[in-house]
Amino acid sequence: MQRTVPLLIAIVCGFTMIVSFFIPAAQRSGDDVAEIFNILAAVAFVLGGGNLLKIHLKKVSDQAAGWGYSLITVTAFLLTLCVGLFKIGANPADRYPGHAWSGEYSETGSAFWWIYEFVFKPITATMFAMLAFYVASAAFRAFRAKNTEAVLLLGTAFIILLGRTYAGVILTDWLPDSLSGLRFENLTMTIMNVFNTAGSRAIMIGIALGTASVSLKILLGVDRSYLGGGRG
Amino acid sequence: MNSPERLGRRAAACRLIPIVSVLVPGLAPGLLLVALTLPLLALTRPLLAAPSDAPPAVTGITAADRWGDGGTAVVLEWTVAAGAVPEFFMIERAMSEAEVAGDLATARLERRRAAQRTAMQAVLADRGLDDSILARPMAIEPGLASRLRSVRAEAAAGIDALPDDAFDVARWMFVDRVEADAAQTEYRFVVDRLVRGESYRFRVIPWTGTAAGTPAEAAPVTTTLEPVDISRLWFFGIALVFCGAVVAFILIARSGRPLRVRRIAGLEAIDEAVGRATEMGRSVLFVPGIQDMNEMQTIAGITVLSRVAKTAAEYDARVEVPTARSLVMTTARETVQAAFLAAGRPDAYNEDLIYYVTDEQFGYVAYLSGMMVREKPAACIYMGMFYAESLILAETGNSIGAIQVAGTAQPAQLPFFVAACDYTLIGEEFFAASAYLSGSAEELGSLKGQDVGKIIVAVVLVIGVVLATAGAMAGADSDLGRTLAAWVGFLRDTVLA
Repeated sequence: MQRTVPLLIAIVCGFTMIVSFFIPAAQRSGDDVAEIFNILAAVAFVLGGGNLLKIHLKKVSDQAAGWGYSLITVTAFLLTLCVGLFKIGANPADRYPGHAWSGEYSETGSAFWWIYEFVFKPITATMFAMLAFYVASAAFRAFRAKNTEAVLLLGTAFIILLGRTYAGVILTDWLPDSLSGLRFENLTMTIMNVFNTAGSRAIMIGIALGTASVSLKILLGVDRSYLGGGRG
Repeated sequence: MNSPERLGRRAAACRLIPIVSVLVPGLAPGLLLVALTLPLLALTRPLLAAPSDAPPAVTGITAADRWGDGGTAVVLEWTVAAGAVPEFFMIERAMSEAEVAGDLATARLERRRAAQRTAMQAVLADRGLDDSILARPMAIEPGLASRLRSVRAEAAAGIDALPDDAFDVARWMFVDRVEADAAQTEYRFVVDRLVRGESYRFRVIPWTGTAAGTPAEAAPVTTTLEPVDISRLWFFGIALVFCGAVVAFILIARSGRPLRVRRIAGLEAIDEAVGRATEMGRSVLFVPGIQDMNEMQTIAGITVLSRVAKTAAEYDARVEVPTARSLVMTTARETVQAAFLAAGRPDAYNEDLIYYVTDEQFGYVAYLSGMMVREKPAACIYMGMFYAESLILAETGNSIGAIQVAGTAQPAQLPFFVAACDYTLIGEEFFAASAYLSGSAEELGSLKGQDVGKIIVAVVLVIGVVLATAGAMAGADSDLGRTLAAWVGFLRDTVLA
C-alpha cells in the first residue's frame, strides 16, 4: 500500500500530462497536475527549512566538527527570514500608507534588499567567478598531449581558442581569399557548426530517447526504483 | 502639396473674387468666370491630384479560426486588385478591454510614480536634501518620513482622480508586417499565440512608402478549441511506434529470451568506488543534481542512488546525500531506507545523512565544496541535472583525490565531467543506469526498445540528407529543387517539430 498509492499517483499524473499534450481539451488537466506539483514544492520549503535548522542546531549543540559554520548558517537563515517576514525598512504600499507592513519586503532600500544586494549577490558572484580558475586547471589536465586522441583534442582546442579571439584573426589575416576557409575564425566556425553540432545532436537524440524510455517505464510501473529499493 | 490648410486658403481666396469684381466693374465678366471656375477647381483638386503612389485598397478580408489546433490561431485572408501593389501590409489587432485596461493601469501607475517622485523631491529640496536619501529609508528622520508618506499619498490620489481619457492608450496593436508581391493578389497570414475562446478583431493596412491606405477590418472571429491538435499528429505517431517497440521488447524479455547489453564502465565503477571508500574508512558523497523531482534526470539519479545505497549497506560504508531541494531529500531518504532494508541492514540507516542544504545554486556548491575539502570523501558520485556548478564540484573532488563518477544529460556540462571525473555516463547511458544496475529482464528490454527509436531517427536523417543534397544539386531556382526543399521543410517543420 505504501508504494502502490504513490505509484498510482505517478501513473495517473504522467498519463494526464501526456493526454493534455496531444488533446487540447485536456490541457487544463495537465496544467492542474503541474500546479499540484508546485503546491507540493512550496510546502516542501517548510520541510527544508525545518531540516536545515534541525541538522545545524544539532551540530552546534554537539559542537561537532565545523560547528562554527553551522552557527553562521543558522544565524544567517534566521536573520534573513525575520528581515523578510517583518519587512524591515520597507515603505508601506501606496494604497495603504497607514499600514507599516503593507509594502513589498524586497523593495529597494529595505533591509532584505540590502542583504540581497550587498551580501548575497557578491558571495554568489564570487563563487561563480571561481569557475574561471577551475576551467583553467581542468583544461590544463585535459589538454596534455599523451596520445593521438589527446593531441587531436589539444589541436582543436587551440584552433577554437584562437578563433574566438582577435589574435586568431590577426595571425591568419594574410591568407588569400581562396584559402579563407583556413583562417582561424572560419576554421572555428566550421568546427563548431559541423563537427561539434553533429556530436551534440547525436548526444541529444540519445538523451531524448532515454528520457522517453525511462518515462514509459515509470508510467508502466516497470521502474519503481525512485520509490525505493529497486522493483518492488 | 494638397494639405487641408492649403485647400482652405485657396477656397477663401476664391470667395473674395466676387467682392473685388464689384469694385472693378470693367473686369466683371472675366473675373466672374474665374470666380465660378476656381471654387470648382478647388473642390475637384483633391480628386484630380490624388498621388499616384497611394496604396491600393484591401478587399475581401476574412478572419477564420484555424482548424485543428488548440484554439490559439486565426487565419487572415485578403485580396488586392491586380496590378495594384503596395509595398507591404501592416496587420493589427484590436486590443481587448482587459488589455486596454491593463495599459491604462500601467500608464496611470507610471504617471503616479512620476508625480510622487516630483512631490517628494520638492519636500526634500525644501530641507536641502536630494532624492538619493530615498534609497536609504532607514536614514530618514521620522518627521520627514511622515511628511514624505503624506505627499506620496496626495500625489497618488491626484493621479487616481484623473479620468481614463486623460491617458493616451492605443486601441490597436501591431501584429506583423507582410511584404507584398507584384505577382500576388491574394494573401494569407496566420496569427498565432492567441487565447482560446476569445473574440478578436483584425485589420490590414496597405502601405506604400510612408503613406498608409485605408484599413480593411475583418469581421470579429472567436478562437475555438478542436478535439485534436493536428500539428502534433506526426509526433504522436512516432511516439506510438517508439513506445510500442519498448513495450514489445519488455514483453519479449519477460518471455525469457536473453538480451545482451554492452558494458558501461561508469556503472561498473560504482561498486569499485563504494568499496574503495569502505577500505579507506571514508564516506561516499552522492550529489543528485540541483533540480527537483519533476526533472527526469533527478529521477534517474535517484535510481542510481538506490544501487549505491544498497552496495554501501552491504559494505557498511557511509553515504552522505546533501540535496538542493526538499522533495529530493524526502525521496532520497525513502530510497536509501528501502535499499538498506533490502540489503538486510535497516539498523545502519541514518536519515540525518540525507539532508537539505539550500535551493540556491552557488550556496549549494559552496557548501559541497567546503564539505568535500574538510571531510575528504573517498568517492564522489554526481548523478542528475547540473549547470555551472558541475566543474566546481568535479574539480574540488579531483583535488581531494576522490574517485569520481558522474552522469548527466546536460550536453553542455558533459565536457567538464569528462575532464575532471574518472568515469562519466553520457546522456543515454545515464538513463540506462537503472536497467543496467537492476539487471532485470524487463528493464533491459526497454533498452532494446530504445534502439528502434534510434533506427527511426537514422532513417529520417538519411532521407533528409538525401533530399537536401539532391535539392541543392538541382538548384534552388528549379522546380525540382523547390519541390525537394519543400519536402525537407515538411520533414523538419512538421514531422520532427
